[in-house]
Amino acid sequence: MTLNRRDFLKFSAGAASAVGLSTLAGCAGTGPAVGGARPKVVVVGAGFGGATCAKYLKLWDPNIEVTLIEANEKFVSCPLSNLVIGGARTIDDLTFSYDGLKKLVDNFVHDTVVGIDATARTLRTASGRNFSYDRLVLSGGVELQYDKIEGYDTEARKTVMHGWKAGPQTVTLRRQLEAMPDGGVFVLATPPTPYRCPPGPYERACLVADYFKQHKPRSKVIVLDASSDIVSKKGLFMAAWKKHYGFGTPDSLIDYRPSSKALKVNAATKTISLEFDDIKGDVINVIPPMRAAKLTELAGARPSEGKQAWCPVDFRSYESKTVPNVHILGDSAESNMPKAGAVANNTGKMCAAALVELLNGRPLVIAPVITNTCFSATSGTTAMHVAMVFRADKDHMMVSQPLPDKGISKVESEAEMKFMDSWGKNIWADTLNLKI
Amino acid sequence: MNKAFLLCGLLAVAQGAIASTDGVDKTVRFMAANCAYCHGPDGRSSSAIPSLAGMHKARFVGSMKAMKAGTQASLVMYQIAAGYSDAEIDAMGDWFAKNK
Repeated sequence: MTLNRRDFLKFSAGAASAVGLSTLAGCAGTGPAVGGARPKVVVVGAGFGGATCAKYLKLWDPNIEVTLIEANEKFVSCPLSNLVIGGARTIDDLTFSYDGLKKLVDNFVHDTVVGIDATARTLRTASGRNFSYDRLVLSGGVELQYDKIEGYDTEARKTVMHGWKAGPQTVTLRRQLEAMPDGGVFVLATPPTPYRCPPGPYERACLVADYFKQHKPRSKVIVLDASSDIVSKKGLFMAAWKKHYGFGTPDSLIDYRPSSKALKVNAATKTISLEFDDIKGDVINVIPPMRAAKLTELAGARPSEGKQAWCPVDFRSYESKTVPNVHILGDSAESNMPKAGAVANNTGKMCAAALVELLNGRPLVIAPVITNTCFSATSGTTAMHVAMVFRADKDHMMVSQPLPDKGISKVESEAEMKFMDSWGKNIWADTLNLKI
Repeated sequence: MNKAFLLCGLLAVAQGAIASTDGVDKTVRFMAANCAYCHGPDGRSSSAIPSLAGMHKARFVGSMKAMKAGTQASLVMYQIAAGYSDAEIDAMGDWFAKNK
């Protein structure tokens, strides 16, 4: 590393403050394992956050015993899954085995965690197995709050999809669209902020409209937005809607309705009720409000009902600010960064880097810098992006300045769709330890 | 920040933060690992996004600084490059040149 003296001093000043703070954090939590025992980390959830954390723990300190617990047999990528709903990809394109991770971690367990005792540092699973840990990493994504929408009960959920966790939901939603006759109406109800993948609903509107344009041109997409305006990449989405789908003309394939929060769903009549209006569709897609994963509640790390629904963390290590030795990654963490796959992947690395130091009794000295680059498709062949650099301290993930063009594309392009495709291949390989 | 605190930090850095006992610069290793989600594991990409592993330092640093300055066109990287200091860009250039 070639740093000149001035840069070295500048860098060291930042490191000095990190040392001062993190030594305290290190003392409060678990230090090196005593008696020569290998330190134990249990990671729950092998999505973008947990899988990446487990992988980099083994790469950066093979001495750490890593157990990775995941409920699903296969990994299905949420990023790019709107392309399955639009018909440009299949779910098989986004489905991967965990074999690459199984080779790397000490124990890979297919099970569901049902109880966590953060004081005793143990957890138990649905099949009755018990695990102890020095440090616990929870990467459970989001919990969907069906009970916030009247009528969204288990019966309704058999036919009304959210499609916000990729897998069977994605496939069923695609089949419903294929079965819908030309001239039908697809109604998409977005969740209140914050939610997983801020541009996701608007991307989905694009890709369903793209399908209709090619195969069912008399059909329409109605977007019922819980927010008062498009919450992500607004200018770019509006431009794409106008360019590809006639937005703003009487023949528009997309009918966008802001401040239209879904309050009630009737699965039998395919009707979504707003405060003053009922909207009927041929296929309805209701994305419920979200909060931090249930796992975080089991650990006592999720704020109680009525407060912020996400878990406060120390951004240098992603350790919970309320429950020591429990680290919370990805969507469940309270953060000004978007709830996105790339962010989860990189927070997994931040947590792994911090754990390697803490479990070896060393202070945190890395002042983490990470990026988030996230692509959104605007049609089957075009895409655009958001790209930002963030710098962590204990309480913030600060956007590194300057931020040219506000960190988003100047314009959508076919070249960015090629990047989006490449991004998918590379992030899956990075997260799942796949061979390139 | 007073001088004693700064000195304390410098000592801590000298004792193992920048160059750890096994000689790996963990700060740069972490910064380089961040790039993997777009540029592939260890900077080895399978597709349209370029690989970084083994890139000559002069090319890496020259491109990053030119994109940061706005003198080299790019779709995405000018926004990423703008967020890093020149020292960080140099350090990552070293890392990818050495880790082929």
